Amino acid sequence: MAEAATPKKKIEEVPEKLHVWPYLVRLEFLCALVVIIALTVWSIVIDAPLEEAANPTKTPNPSKAPWYFLGLQDILVYFDPWFAGVVAPVLIIVGLMLIPYLDVNPKGNGYYTYHERKVAIWVYCFGFLVLWIALIIMGVFLRGPGWNLFMPWQYWDPHKVVALVSVDLPYAFGFRDYTWSAIFGGTVLLAYFGIGTGAYFFLERKALKSVGFLRMFIKIQLALIMMGIVIKIVLRIGFNIKYIMVTPWISV
Amino acid sequence: MANKTPQIPSIAELMDKIKSGKIFSDIAKEITESQLWTSSFRHGYADTPRNRVLQIASNVWLHLHPVKMHRHALRIKFTWCMGGITFLLFLSTVVTGVILMFYYRPVGEYAYYDLKYLQYDVPFGMLMRNMHRWAAHAMVITVWLHMFRVFLTGSYKPPREFNWVIGVFLVTFTLLLSFTGYLLPWDQLAMWAVTVGTNMARATPFLGNEGPFAEFVGVTPRYDARSLLIGGSLVGPPALLRFYVLHCIFIPLIAGALMIVHFWRIRKDGGISGPL
Ligand code: HEM
Repeated sequence: MAEAATPKKKIEEVPEKLHVWPYLVRLEFLCALVVIIALTVWSIVIDAPLEEAANPTKTPNPSKAPWYFLGLQDILVYFDPWFAGVVAPVLIIVGLMLIPYLDVNPKGNGYYTYHERKVAIWVYCFGFLVLWIALIIMGVFLRGPGWNLFMPWQYWDPHKVVALVSVDLPYAFGFRDYTWSAIFGGTVLLAYFGIGTGAYFFLERKALKSVGFLRMFIKIQLALIMMGIVIKIVLRIGFNIKYIMVTPWISV
Repeated sequence: MANKTPQIPSIAELMDKIKSGKIFSDIAKEITESQLWTSSFRHGYADTPRNRVLQIASNVWLHLHPVKMHRHALRIKFTWCMGGITFLLFLSTVVTGVILMFYYRPVGEYAYYDLKYLQYDVPFGMLMRNMHRWAAHAMVITVWLHMFRVFLTGSYKPPREFNWVIGVFLVTFTLLLSFTGYLLPWDQLAMWAVTVGTNMARATPFLGNEGPFAEFVGVTPRYDARSLLIGGSLVGPPALLRFYVLHCIFIPLIAGALMIVHFWRIRKDGGISGPL
């Protein structure tokens, strides 16, 4: 821990429990002072934006959601709105709420540690730093007209032509018939979740007893969905695949 | 005191007191022992353990704190102070937001021009608007960082699971607060960002008119999840009013209540987490 550097004797002189007044309150006060000063200076120096009056007949290109939702808006490139705009946010919220109930590792409670909970840290950091923060940064700075990617030094050309060459996965595998395509796509999806779940249960079969079936089941489904998002992004960018499964009602 | 007849001091005595400076302590004594003072401030200021406890326990603003706490929880390195900063930024938006409300009307014809007026003619209007907006944006960032630190320290583990769940509600409401506020300037940025955002509701499975399985439910553009949110089929004046009420009343009340529960739970769960 951090104090390990300071000599041991000194620590023992200070009692384990301290009075909140003054030790915490003075810290809070200083912290508040710094934040308020920073906020005031920031607000004096930089003005909040106010563009021209709202005009329902003039759609800006690109139209961007507030910056904190741009990760979700970016997922829209790869998923239909029902997933990117509704199901994904709900899954994120529910998934976050479930974390304490799914992570049963008793270690690492109340201190920083990487070694005692590597997987948990990796999953959270990946979700937060890559799928949330990195996509936001990309959405703010690199998405231009038509939601096309522009490097910072490139001109935001509203007439940039991007060939729409992506095809659906069943099509790429030679299926032309709607019904068979749907069946093929559905099978791929089912296999992904089925094999993923099966493999996880097999690999972690020793933990089943202590962790519990339901917990493990939900955990792996959430993990598979999260990985699935990444897989679909890779499929689209690398292989021009649009949908995995297409049906008249819902496409993934 | 009461049985002493008040005496008028002689001039010489008075001069003595002034010269020696005793007059000040006499006046201070008069004041701090008056009924007015003792009824307002319920304990002395001497730095005694008893008073340190009373400072916290007898003050309505401070009493959400515990009286004593673990030494380790004081380290900025541990908490990054992020929860506290988030709360402070929330309070800043409440104060500046109420000031903005004196000048702002959530009506299609007025909203944008009220903002112009606020910026150019109201003393400190621009500053209030800037502080409100930047505090709101900063709050979004600090609440994410707070959540990140809580995750990294594993502070969601028993017995704090429930407080983590409350926290997830809080981060959701923080985003919703920011999002509903985004519409209120009623400029291009506002209208189209909210259009993009609320268009998603159109795709809600079953309940949005373009969502999967909508045809089995019979929702229409004028009657679905999205129109419930914005009071129509596009982002217009009814949406402005709806977002205003959500932004100024509904969400702040819920978020505020949840914050109080959040703070209460920190104490009931045994204070800030730490190595056992
Ligand atoms: C409006 C938003 C929030 C406010 C004002 C807030 C405020 C605070 C404060 C002041 C603390 C004390 C310790 C510290 O400063 O780190 C705290 C602790 C805590 N917060 Fe939050 N919080 C908010 C959102 C969240 C979120 C989004 C989560 C998680 C999803 C969360 C989970 C927790 C937990 C579990 C603790 C206990 C930490 C420990 O014992 O180490 N809070 N919160």
